[in-house]
Amino acid sequence: MKKRLLTLALALVMALSLAACGGGSGDTQPSGDSQPAGDSQPAGDSGSSDASGAVYYLNFKPEQDGAWQALAEAYTQETGVEVKVQTAASGQYETTLMSEIAKTDAPTLFQVNGPVGLANWKDYCYDLSGSQIAGELSSDDFALMDGSSMPGIAYVIETYGLIYNKALLEQAGYTADDIKSFADLKKVAEDITARKDELGFSAFTSAGMDGSSDWRFKTHLANLPIYFEYEADGIGDTEAIKGTYLDNYRAMWDLYINNCTCAPTLLSAKTGDDSVAEFVTEQAVFYQNGTWAFGDVADLGEENLGMLPIYIGVGDEANQGLCTGTENYWCVNKNAKPEDIQATLDFMYWCVTSDTGLDYMCSGDEGKMGFVIPFKGNLESTNALVNIANDYVAQGTTSIKWCFPTMPSEEWKNVLGSALTAYAADQTDANWETVRAAFVDNWAAEKSK
Amino acid sequence: MEKCIKRYFPVFLGPTFLAFLIGFIAPFLMGIYLSFCDFRTVTDAKFNGVQNYVRAFQDGDFAHAFWFTALFTVTTLILINVIAFAVALVLTREIRGTNLFRTVFFMPNLIGGIVLGYVWQLIFNGILSRYDLALKISAKYGFWGLVILICWQQIGYMMIIYIAGLQSIPGDLSEAAEIDGANGWQRLWNVTIPNMMPSITICTFLTLTNGFKLFDQNLSLTAGEPMKQTEMLALNIFNTFYGRVGYQGVGQAKAVVFFILVVALGLVQLNMTRSKEVQQ
Repeated sequence: MKKRLLTLALALVMALSLAACGGGSGDTQPSGDSQPAGDSQPAGDSGSSDASGAVYYLNFKPEQDGAWQALAEAYTQETGVEVKVQTAASGQYETTLMSEIAKTDAPTLFQVNGPVGLANWKDYCYDLSGSQIAGELSSDDFALMDGSSMPGIAYVIETYGLIYNKALLEQAGYTADDIKSFADLKKVAEDITARKDELGFSAFTSAGMDGSSDWRFKTHLANLPIYFEYEADGIGDTEAIKGTYLDNYRAMWDLYINNCTCAPTLLSAKTGDDSVAEFVTEQAVFYQNGTWAFGDVADLGEENLGMLPIYIGVGDEANQGLCTGTENYWCVNKNAKPEDIQATLDFMYWCVTSDTGLDYMCSGDEGKMGFVIPFKGNLESTNALVNIANDYVAQGTTSIKWCFPTMPSEEWKNVLGSALTAYAADQTDANWETVRAAFVDNWAAEKSK
Repeated sequence: MEKCIKRYFPVFLGPTFLAFLIGFIAPFLMGIYLSFCDFRTVTDAKFNGVQNYVRAFQDGDFAHAFWFTALFTVTTLILINVIAFAVALVLTREIRGTNLFRTVFFMPNLIGGIVLGYVWQLIFNGILSRYDLALKISAKYGFWGLVILICWQQIGYMMIIYIAGLQSIPGDLSEAAEIDGANGWQRLWNVTIPNMMPSITICTFLTLTNGFKLFDQNLSLTAGEPMKQTEMLALNIFNTFYGRVGYQGVGQAKAVVFFILVVALGLVQLNMTRSKEVQQ
């Protein structure tokens, strides 16, 4: 009896392990099969020779995931080339890329955030110089160069600032014309806070420091003191930042956290979604974010949305514009199969030249991306925030450059973010010293690694 | 029949052994090799000697993570085992609804760590926000938050093991002691606990290694905030490997150190409690 039980148990184990193996191979087989099928079918359909190969795009922007999926489908319908789009979760791009690129079925198209990101992925980047898409760039400034090779090409130009709700600002007794400097902003914000109960709303949305949106402060807001320091010193990058304008950074951060919808001690528990929700439900007047967030805030109505430069009390504030630049560079995986590289190049070219591609990239309609693209084919945008940004440029203000691609590492940003959160909870000089150390000392430490 | 098993054992064992080889042994050996390499992706690695280990030991955050984890493990080891044992004692008495209680206490163990972390984060923040505080502003809150979460999750599981142990103790031992005039405490210390040593060995081993290996709950409850002060070893390794450019090798080296540490501690603990086990 005992032996029979043992045999039974063993048989069960075997059956289970076989089933497990079967499950595994069942997963891989179809995808292995579909590849050649996908290869041969389009060739037969369209008869074009470049229709072999497939594209795998690892997308960085979760807010545009739907649009990319639709665009990929449209491309497959038009040309028969298979395009797979996968989107990394917010803040997980490097992690996802690292594990994806080690696979046999690696992304053929991915992105880096500028020179610092490129340093990590240089060995995987196909030289795009002389490619069709490089010829479409509206300015050579938008190519990411490494010596004479061109490993990356920017595909979107973005702008951020202080988005505000016009109706609420008027209700508080002000208009955008009253805010022309940091001092003005401080006055308005503190006045709103003083009358918070009477008005029923706050000046700023909560900062969302739980990690889902702290990049708005550890990266985007931190860009301003870095930009002004670079300007003052006439440089574009540095091994050791001095932190000349850190006091202004502190003043701005103080303003944000002490005039928002919740107590500053609660900021570490707030998310980016909380922040958006507070803005859309009219609990706050100001919301620091950029053109990419238009879809989130469009419900307030175009006529109700405005954008102010982020004044931190440095430089020529009267002529200060919004922060414009890019940290999104397309790179083609050098190690992909030649036909896949060709398919990827064709896809990129199609995205920025064909009518369908341009419509998806530039239109601000529901389900489209609403980008400003640095290519000749760029269409007039229906993204209200983009149009506001264009107005600023037309008025002759000086745009603030995006200097944060020169930040030493993700680690630098993360440490700064934690320090900002800790300071928000307990606003002492000692805690600000931690922020200063994270900003200045850690810059040099991380750059030297 | 026996002959049959002898002849065909490769058919039965082969697949499982193969799966173990591919799924465990191979990655494990590869991991040890990679800890001596400089690499970005696991498929292209360059040998660079013990440099990764040097950098791992120079990392102050790693040392902090070790002490934090050690403190956490000791705290939860004691709390979980004492409470689980007490609950098991209560639930082996003849009380109405014992089965219901056992099921309810066991249930938290069926929920995944990430989910638990988020749920408890909401609970803690919900309570703390009444006092204008939040979980992530102090390492103290993070620590006790984690302790509460883990106790809540694991007490039920350890309780089941203790109940099984308690039920296997022959009733006549306790009865004999009672007739000899031993009071309740004496019976607990001198009869029940010595007979429970096998269960205690298992439970302390599980809580010890679980405490050291804790990852999901740490990630979703505090994510190491504030300022990496609640970052435990596993999370520190994860962040080193995935969060920092060029640190993959260092992360791998930390993982090897971590493995040795957990194995060593586990063995020491097993020896210590085993030696106290009695033969019935």
